Amino acid sequence: MWSFSNIANNLHDWLSKTFNPTMTLIIEMVFAGVAVIGLFAALGLVLVIMERKVSAWMQIRLGPNRVGPKGMLQSLADTLKLLVKEGLTPNGADKFLFNLAPFIAMIVAMLLMAPIAFAKDFQLWDLNIGVLYVSAISSLMVISILMAGWSSNNKYSLMGAMRSGAQIVSYELSAGLSVLAVVVMTGSLQVSDIIHSQADGWWIFKGHIPMLIAFVTFIIAVTAETNRAPFDLAEAESELTAGFHTEYSGMKFALFFLAEYVNVFIVCAIGATLFLGGWMPFHIGNWTDFNHVMDYIPSSIWFFGKTFFLIFVIMWFRWTFPRLRIDQLLNLEWKYLLPISMINLLIVTAMAILKWHF
Amino acid sequence: MFITKYIKDVYNGVKSLLVGMKRTMYYFTHHKEIITQQYPDNRETLVLPERFKGEVVMPHDEKNEHRCTGCQACELACPNGTIKVIFKNELTPEGKKKKAIDKLVYHLELCTMCNLCVEACPSDAIVMAQTFEHSVFDRNDLTKILNNPGSKIMDGVE
Repeated sequence: MWSFSNIANNLHDWLSKTFNPTMTLIIEMVFAGVAVIGLFAALGLVLVIMERKVSAWMQIRLGPNRVGPKGMLQSLADTLKLLVKEGLTPNGADKFLFNLAPFIAMIVAMLLMAPIAFAKDFQLWDLNIGVLYVSAISSLMVISILMAGWSSNNKYSLMGAMRSGAQIVSYELSAGLSVLAVVVMTGSLQVSDIIHSQADGWWIFKGHIPMLIAFVTFIIAVTAETNRAPFDLAEAESELTAGFHTEYSGMKFALFFLAEYVNVFIVCAIGATLFLGGWMPFHIGNWTDFNHVMDYIPSSIWFFGKTFFLIFVIMWFRWTFPRLRIDQLLNLEWKYLLPISMINLLIVTAMAILKWHF
Repeated sequence: MFITKYIKDVYNGVKSLLVGMKRTMYYFTHHKEIITQQYPDNRETLVLPERFKGEVVMPHDEKNEHRCTGCQACELACPNGTIKVIFKNELTPEGKKKKAIDKLVYHLELCTMCNLCVEACPSDAIVMAQTFEHSVFDRNDLTKILNNPGSKIMDGVE
């Protein structure tokens, strides 16, 4: 049967027959890099048009409908425009940091791709501390934003960057605690272990209400971590023009823009992996017949379906809720999300010890 | 009690957020609610909302009569000097002199479509029209005279 893992294995076999092991490894790394960059480009195009269409329909508008069939080529046209635009560097800016920041944003997004399982047995790097790796790397995201804000030599940019720093540092806590809930249940930090532990039902169903609360906290926290509305204080068009990327133009701006969407994809992929079973089809306990029927749907479709569902939910948040003020934002984290997720973690731990889950 | 208030706050917050999400999901799934007008394409069939404000006009009836008494209420109400009333003296059938409007000059280029003149008018002589394609090549074309040449005030309008 056709699958991503078959393609990867065939490629690996052919390469090992043709080249020596070192060469094979190098060629495979190049392939992986090209595949990740290709995925980034495709994701950028798809998510931007998706965002614009979703926002339009939620606001009773039509959205882009001129370029290509039903406006579906609009984001391609926008990308072409950004490619030919001049990438301006302001005179007063710290030129080295200013030009480095967008690449850091992209590199962080690329690093986060490593432990994500896109399909059954199709993963770049199944390291044994996958979840820890993800939360460690995703906190580097703030460095590129702070770097961009600081080096722009612009008050709006600095303000946006500082807000973003406060926001990401605080929301990382509740994101981490809600991820811990799954880790406690699974007893492993490895992504493939977490997915295999959901073979008889996804954690969101197996873990009763505490897991549902963990899932909701996770979604809220990652929405804040990716700087999207209603937590988009780092950009806040109406207050800070464009926040940390006010001074950026052309392809450097496009890299920030792309990094935002790729980050959304990554956090949704992680959410889907931890709570909705990643590529694991929808299984109910021991109903073998039902489970076999579900297995006929390819695992990559399950993964991308769940991920895009979560992306849709995050877009739904963005186009429904008004932006929070900075004090409301920090209140929400420190007074509500953090205590709730801490107590929730306690309950989940008790459940894991007493084996109250399915 | 603190804990009950806390839980109530969380419950009410989540509930009101869900109400908002329900509304946007309704709009997302019901495309018939879309209010966008694809203007140049549907120019023939374009239906504007009833209260759309395009420009100030003075309606005349079939006998070329308008309802303007020349009271200047619109001129006074206008915040940026868009309307100017120019008078002439008319002789009534009894031989008395009566003030009437000669020209009601309307500067479309100054108008902000605020509707204050229409609301100030005591005799409903001016209304807002729904025309909106106002671009012209000469700026002078934007200065309009609202009353038709040779028009008179309608009988019974004081």
